[in-house]
Amino acid sequence: MTQPLDTLIETPSQTGGPYVHIGCIPTFAGIEGVYPQDLGLSPITDGAKGPLVTITGQVIDGTGWALRDALLESWQADAAGKFPGQQGADPNVTGFCRFAADKDSGEFTLRTVKPGPVPMRGGGLQAPHISLWIAARGINIGLHTRVYFEDEDNSTDPLLARIEQKNRLPSLIAGKTGEGEYRFDIRLQGEGETVFLDI
Amino acid sequence: MSDLGPLVPRRRDMHPVPYDPDYKTSVTRSPNWPLLSMESTPSEETGPRFGHSMLGPLDNNLILNYSRDPEKPAVGERILMHGRVLDDFARPVPNTLVEIWQANAGGRYRHIKDSYFAPLDPNFGGCGRTLTDDQGRYQFLTIRPGAYPWPNRANDWRPMHIHISVFGHSFGQRLITQMYFQGDPLIDRCPIAATIKDRGQLDRLVAPLDMSMARPLDFLAYKFDIVLRGRRQTMFENKLEGM
Ligand SMILES: [Fe+3]
Repeated sequence: MTQPLDTLIETPSQTGGPYVHIGCIPTFAGIEGVYPQDLGLSPITDGAKGPLVTITGQVIDGTGWALRDALLESWQADAAGKFPGQQGADPNVTGFCRFAADKDSGEFTLRTVKPGPVPMRGGGLQAPHISLWIAARGINIGLHTRVYFEDEDNSTDPLLARIEQKNRLPSLIAGKTGEGEYRFDIRLQGEGETVFLDI
Repeated sequence: MSDLGPLVPRRRDMHPVPYDPDYKTSVTRSPNWPLLSMESTPSEETGPRFGHSMLGPLDNNLILNYSRDPEKPAVGERILMHGRVLDDFARPVPNTLVEIWQANAGGRYRHIKDSYFAPLDPNFGGCGRTLTDDQGRYQFLTIRPGAYPWPNRANDWRPMHIHISVFGHSFGQRLITQMYFQGDPLIDRCPIAATIKDRGQLDRLVAPLDMSMARPLDFLAYKFDIVLRGRRQTMFENKLEGM
């Protein structure tokens, strides 16, 4: 016998189901008037520093079909690499956004500022990236991934460096499609499957 | 012992399996390849904070927050859903956003894609939110949702359940789960509940009737505690500037 550890175990996840929008973005789901507006409509307010970027994409299942019912959340640092709440962080960057796949096309859009490099705990820098979390019917535990940018130096990023199969790296890197415009598709399964994170 | 370190790694065996043929939609939406495991970084250890100024007085009262008229409450068995949000180390998680959504008493969601023929309740929207207090406690006043059939296997029914979304203080703590009700025979037949393979873990999603919090002649109560990943706390962590 030993002493008990007395630590608790995390509550198990369950799928958000087909109506996750009712709880998270009710106005989008057609339920008006309960809240003044949905939470996390934009990760920035007027005057946010840094280059504006628009990231569009789809969440695609193992058959190649774009999900129409996916809910996404993003979290990021400001242009100087500081997270909201940290000393000196840009007051116009809330850093958090909730957005949904379009119910007809499955396309999502995130408009924000490009984050700066973020320091690691023990020193070193992470390349600019936006953290993503995906919830939907059929996803039993929310999926974490990251958006990096094609036109940044990603060569020394510690997370990307851990990916052994370098042919999977592009799944985490948004491709530049125009000035300040990027494409980032998320493949849940199969060919070109996105690298998801246990982090 | 004041520096907060990395998040405690998730115990994936204590969570549902991502791929489960009995829950058909999971078959094409579950990654084939292993997740990339790494110690958390500031990107996961920080997270959005929400303030009380955002909340309206009826946000956690689903009986009234849609009709906004005390004369027009939602139909159904009135219940108080309450509990605490804690971390792995049993520390309360204060001031964190808890959001819920649910079907009405007949098992129908207010959603364009829900075509079940149980009627909509004109006085029930089905969403609520609140912030935990300094002890990590939260409360919702709502009605008990009905069970409902869903297209999966030929005759699958969801047990009565309330969906719950919790933020914690770190993006890496983000969690969505569901609360079930003590004694519901449909729990054992539900392929979504059954994606959790550890029975003890599934039991943790089943809220007991809690008569200590019920109000006579008004509402019953169910208790539902939630545990989020904690952050290691040691004197051996390198302190990061600004954190
Ligand atoms: Fe449901």
